[in-house]
Amino acid sequence: MADPDCRVAIPVGRSVVRSVFVNIGERTNVTGSAKFKKLIVEGNYGEALSVARQQVEAGAQVIDVNMDEGLLDSRLAMVTFLNLMAAEPDIARVPVMIDSSKWEVIEAGLKCVQGKAIVNSISMKEGEEKFIEQARLCLRYGAAVVVMAFDEVGQADTAARKVEICERAYRILVDQVGFPPEDIIFDPNIFAVATGIEEHDNYAVDFIEATREIKTRCPYARISGGVSNVSFSFRGNEPVRRAIHSVFLYHAIAAGMDMGIVNAGDLPVYDTLDPELREAVEDVILNRPQRTNVSNTERLVDLAPRYKGDKSQVQTANLEWRKGSVNARITHALVNGITEFINEDTEEARLSVERPLHVIEGHLMDGMNVVHGGREGRQAARAGWPHPDGHGQGRRPRHRQEHRRRGPAV
Amino acid sequence: MTDLTTPDLSTRGGRIAALKAAAKERVLILDGSWGVMFQKKKLVEADYRGQRFADYDGQMKGNNDVLCLTRPDLVAELHDAYFAAGTDISETNTFSGTTIAQADYHLSEKDVWDINYEGARIGRSVADRWLKAHPEKPRFIAGSIGPLNVMLSMSSDVNDPGARKVTFDQVYEAYRQQVSALYEGGVDLFLIETITDTLNCKAAIKAILDLRDEGHEELPIWISGTITDRSGRTLSGQTAEAFWNSVKHCKPFAVGFNCALGADLMRPHIAEMARIADTLVAAYPNAGLPNAMGEYDEEPHQTGHALHEWATDGLVNILGGCCGTTPDHIRHVAEAVAGVTPRQIPERPKAMRLAGLEPFELVG
Repeated sequence: MADPDCRVAIPVGRSVVRSVFVNIGERTNVTGSAKFKKLIVEGNYGEALSVARQQVEAGAQVIDVNMDEGLLDSRLAMVTFLNLMAAEPDIARVPVMIDSSKWEVIEAGLKCVQGKAIVNSISMKEGEEKFIEQARLCLRYGAAVVVMAFDEVGQADTAARKVEICERAYRILVDQVGFPPEDIIFDPNIFAVATGIEEHDNYAVDFIEATREIKTRCPYARISGGVSNVSFSFRGNEPVRRAIHSVFLYHAIAAGMDMGIVNAGDLPVYDTLDPELREAVEDVILNRPQRTNVSNTERLVDLAPRYKGDKSQVQTANLEWRKGSVNARITHALVNGITEFINEDTEEARLSVERPLHVIEGHLMDGMNVVHGGREGRQAARAGWPHPDGHGQGRRPRHRQEHRRRGPAV
Repeated sequence: MTDLTTPDLSTRGGRIAALKAAAKERVLILDGSWGVMFQKKKLVEADYRGQRFADYDGQMKGNNDVLCLTRPDLVAELHDAYFAAGTDISETNTFSGTTIAQADYHLSEKDVWDINYEGARIGRSVADRWLKAHPEKPRFIAGSIGPLNVMLSMSSDVNDPGARKVTFDQVYEAYRQQVSALYEGGVDLFLIETITDTLNCKAAIKAILDLRDEGHEELPIWISGTITDRSGRTLSGQTAEAFWNSVKHCKPFAVGFNCALGADLMRPHIAEMARIADTLVAAYPNAGLPNAMGEYDEEPHQTGHALHEWATDGLVNILGGCCGTTPDHIRHVAEAVAGVTPRQIPERPKAMRLAGLEPFELVG
């Protein structure tokens, strides 16, 4: 349930030192980005590389590359792009997610990456034999793997089917193939909600419940998903789509979702959503009983146009935070990943203290405490664990990601 | 009844068991450089050509690997010198024994196969002689699998960053032939060394794993990368931890670094590997950095002193020497670390560990 005084920020935006959720950059995916698709089809790889670079700069910790497009020689496009990416140290510093529905494209991609990549995806769609064969190859090339909740019967939609398929796949991978469980990521299928079809109303709940159950039954495995699918029925209305992603992730992460394919740096913080919109979205995501005489979907559909393309309002709302104290502003910037005012704010802070180090120990640490303590505390509370901050019984929060940045590449 | 306590050293399986057991008890010693030692012999073109390549049209001099076929006596002599110096593991003289690396000398596929096969047999026969004379000390032969002059992760054309001279499949095929020949020739373990490009290394790893999948005996794999300079990165741009994350899928028997740096500059990278790798850590630095003439000045006792410190600090399980080191260097190292407790393998929490040029870790 939504907690009105919760100070938590869902972990999005520019990467902080540690975040609890891994952002996988989705913009280098021809099936998800019309702009990227156009660049690749036209052979404009230089521009395409800058899309990858933007994502890493915006906080993507892994780059998803997908070239599944009828107009393309997908295999060639994958190889060309990965070879070019390898020459860019500021992009190549992060691992790659090689994303295709065609195994030959995935294998061609695996032959281009020196690091340890993630394969997205394999499944039991065509039976166990093929699944095992492809999993073995992932082991031989040295890659982690995304397993889609898909079997011989079809793609799992209910929570029960998602859990059943993922658990079966897990047992095969761990017991038969010898796959390290920590290198398995499940994608239990995020489907669109609010489509007007009643059977779809519980899709987000199914994903969230399945996530919680799979994490219990499959030790060390991770949960991921293509987040933008959930809001598909609102395409064309980006502000509402972003709000849906934000609410969905808020609940899915609490249930144990570890990573997601998202537009890194382009997700609003749950807390800063307009309360009316947030409530309507939350009713849809959680498939709650309807509040009025119209369905949750209809209510959100009615509300949606008010937010569509309303950039001025967003802008004003955003700048409201500039009126706070320098401490509050730095905290806000850290939580939201806003770098625009960082120089003037830190300079103002520096002038107010004795030594520059005090800015780090004071202002910046205060902000980081909100980022971490809030987020992890919130998760800990949800999971029934002690708050890691102060009263911790020595238990570390579960989802902790360390992505160390070091010196520049040669 | 099989005696489980004393493995039968006349079989490869027995030697592998003995190797693993020995690594638990002491710091193992690898041999030193081969190139420098051949240089000192002042060999001439005829030595390299021998009978087999007498009519060769071009220069064979400098192709040290071909000596496995044309001067096997010299190769055996070097193994002998290193075993006499206290070496546990000696490497085959096959550093450039791939069809790709031998392309400059226009050697046929058969010639390259023979280099590896004979290289392994020469090494093994010398090792067996030492074993006979000193049955208390098993001697091992590692199949040397060196880098190529072509790289899969780096561009071959300054004007086209995406250009590559070879494909993964070609590199795989070249390594596949090499590891098969080394295997047939009787090596006890594989040593993929002086790795400048991790993707090339991954092709060699896959070649070995595929050999295993086809029902061949499982030989230990030792992975040795090269940190090229003070940047602390491999030539293809990875940090030590990213490199480890990228190769650990083959569950190597040992991992570490060799070449490019002397002991002083290599130490931080070995210390890093000692911290992160949940397997044996191995190091064989150069005898310092080369002087203006390209020669190495570090004295054997200096190398011995530096590596003794690594051992007593618990950083390493296997030590040896690379460019510029001689049997005398190895003797000093062996004597310096005799009786020192080897590094304890750390237990690390299970975590998803990926890599680009830098490591990525998702714990918990």
